[in-house]
Amino acid sequence: MNKLNSYRTGVDDDGHFGIFGGRYVAETLMPLILNVEKAYLTARDDDKFWSEFHYLMEHYVGRPSPLYFAKRLTDEFGGAKIYFKRDELNHTGAHKINNTIGQILLAKRMGKTRIIAETGAGQHGVATATVCALFGLPCIVYMGETDIERQAPNVFRMKLLGAEIRPVTSGTGTLKDAMNEALRDWVSNVEDTFYIIGTVAGPHPYPTLVRDFQCIIGEETRQQMQAAEGRLPDVLVACLGGGSNAMGLFHPFLDDENVRIIGVEAAGHGIETGEHCASLTGGRPGVLHGNRTYLLQTEGGQILDGHSISAGLDYPGIGPEHSWLKDMGRVEYVSVTDNEALEAFQLCTRMEGIIPALEPSHALAHVAKIAPHLSADTLLVMNLCGRGDKDIFTVAKHLGVEIDNG
Amino acid sequence: MSTRIERRFEALSKQGRAALVTFLTAGDPDLNTALDILMGLPDAGADIIEIGVPFSDPMADGPSIQASSLRAIRKGMTLSKTLDAVQAFRKHDDDTPIVLMGYYNPIYSRGTKQFLSDAKEAGVDGLIVVDLPPEEEGELCIPAIEAGLNFIYLIAPTTDDVRLPRVIQNASGFIYFVSIAGITGTKSANKTDVASHVRRIKSHSNLPVAVGFGIRTPKQAAEIAQFADGVVVGSALVDIISENLNSNGDPVSGTTEKVFQLVSELSGAVKGVHSLS
Repeated sequence: MNKLNSYRTGVDDDGHFGIFGGRYVAETLMPLILNVEKAYLTARDDDKFWSEFHYLMEHYVGRPSPLYFAKRLTDEFGGAKIYFKRDELNHTGAHKINNTIGQILLAKRMGKTRIIAETGAGQHGVATATVCALFGLPCIVYMGETDIERQAPNVFRMKLLGAEIRPVTSGTGTLKDAMNEALRDWVSNVEDTFYIIGTVAGPHPYPTLVRDFQCIIGEETRQQMQAAEGRLPDVLVACLGGGSNAMGLFHPFLDDENVRIIGVEAAGHGIETGEHCASLTGGRPGVLHGNRTYLLQTEGGQILDGHSISAGLDYPGIGPEHSWLKDMGRVEYVSVTDNEALEAFQLCTRMEGIIPALEPSHALAHVAKIAPHLSADTLLVMNLCGRGDKDIFTVAKHLGVEIDNG
Repeated sequence: MSTRIERRFEALSKQGRAALVTFLTAGDPDLNTALDILMGLPDAGADIIEIGVPFSDPMADGPSIQASSLRAIRKGMTLSKTLDAVQAFRKHDDDTPIVLMGYYNPIYSRGTKQFLSDAKEAGVDGLIVVDLPPEEEGELCIPAIEAGLNFIYLIAPTTDDVRLPRVIQNASGFIYFVSIAGITGTKSANKTDVASHVRRIKSHSNLPVAVGFGIRTPKQAAEIAQFADGVVVGSALVDIISENLNSNGDPVSGTTEKVFQLVSELSGAVKGVHSLS
């Protein structure tokens, strides 16, 4: 394959990244998708839109998030210099807010008065409910019944923020079904509703616009690493569920060919057991939720449920741009099991005094594998995309500790 | 050469009436019962048969069809077995058009080229692939037409006059107007609105226009048949199946007959109307 001039040119006119992406939706949704695209293309060229975005990023979200040199873990691993991009310090505790701020500003420009969202672990739901409270818009969050039970604290947070939680019982009652249900809501409420998708997936233009909002992570990292070390990083590592935090970190570096980029998927109980959510490692291309991408599916093309200890990685698909970057060979995609992530979670907590979410614990588990083999002058950045307070009950359960969740 | 769909609409147009199009999910509630129903539909009064290919994530469908899809998948229904059922049907009926309706992934997963040749050979006449808009027509629509199958597009109330010609540019067989902005089987259509949309579509195309999503009763079917070339009923038929399952999920005796009963009432209602179109 010929080498591309750039990996950052984005989608073609029909919203494809190579064979991936696209707009595989019912006709009822097509006019809405086209409207979102039109509105976004105008907003993207409007300085006023970005100045409002950046104002809120600074004063409401608390950006830029620090680029922190994790000295003790660096010493522990005995190789590369480990930096954490501290997106867990954002308001609401994860990178998700970068995207929901961007999308609600777009919804406002479009004159929409009702917001819907899907959520799995509840982080995107909380981030959406938060911006809806901020802008005074009604918010409906679709959440699988199974996830509602697993994520009680986030459900309560969303309710406090004024959101209405609609339990999804269809299918298997998890994130993919919540997304189906949100899409069904959207086709039934076409006039007033804006759908805030939580990751770099879904029909075009969502993978692009979510990426653009999340790119603030990588853009800050470039500047911060220049300031700290006078050069670009050598290695980037981030976890992937749908892939938005990873895309946000990776995208601004895709054309820096000396930067090695690694995405870490959730291997659950192990790829060989079939109980995992590693769509890129263990899936094959298919069409779901409006885009073509790598999917976990049966031989006959029925979508399978993923498994991961981390509810935020528990999605049978992946953003289409990641699928393209995998096939182009620009980004390495690897996977890490539940147990490896749990170990990394505890290591980070004890050695750095930072309780990471289980999602970036996957990224850290991979860092632990590669860092010892890298030279001491290698600069490695890991996206610490969420804090782990939400996960302490899950972790306690796996460690055999009983704590009162009542 | 014309397809069974084209011939059927032509014949009905000469009789001055609309077509009754029935929708049921393949393999629901189980493979044998579904096959019995399929075989009996023409005698009960179905003019065109839509068979839903079950998919785990039917984005455009309401609770009835979602549940029927899951029942069928649990009973082992697949795209291959759906084609087998069509082949079995064709052995005793070479006239009634069969349209497969579903989502793209099972087809993509099989390989579009393989699927088209298998479908043609089994005796399928047309395809409705809900999540393949004209923007993605190179994938399946154009190859389907080349393979001699009709590719039927959905038009929604949200499809405006600027977009409409693009959607129907490569449509064939008939045009399927989705009468509500929503998912299958949830709201009822407003007759006046639907009539004006059908007129609007007809001003852009000579293809027959069938109306579906939200039509449940013979009375509603008769109303729509006054101005549309086809009336599609799905969720109401699927509901008969779900309402007649025992605690093991098996159909109680008489289920098949109840489905035929509603089909024949719908057919009677549609036949009683002389179309104005």
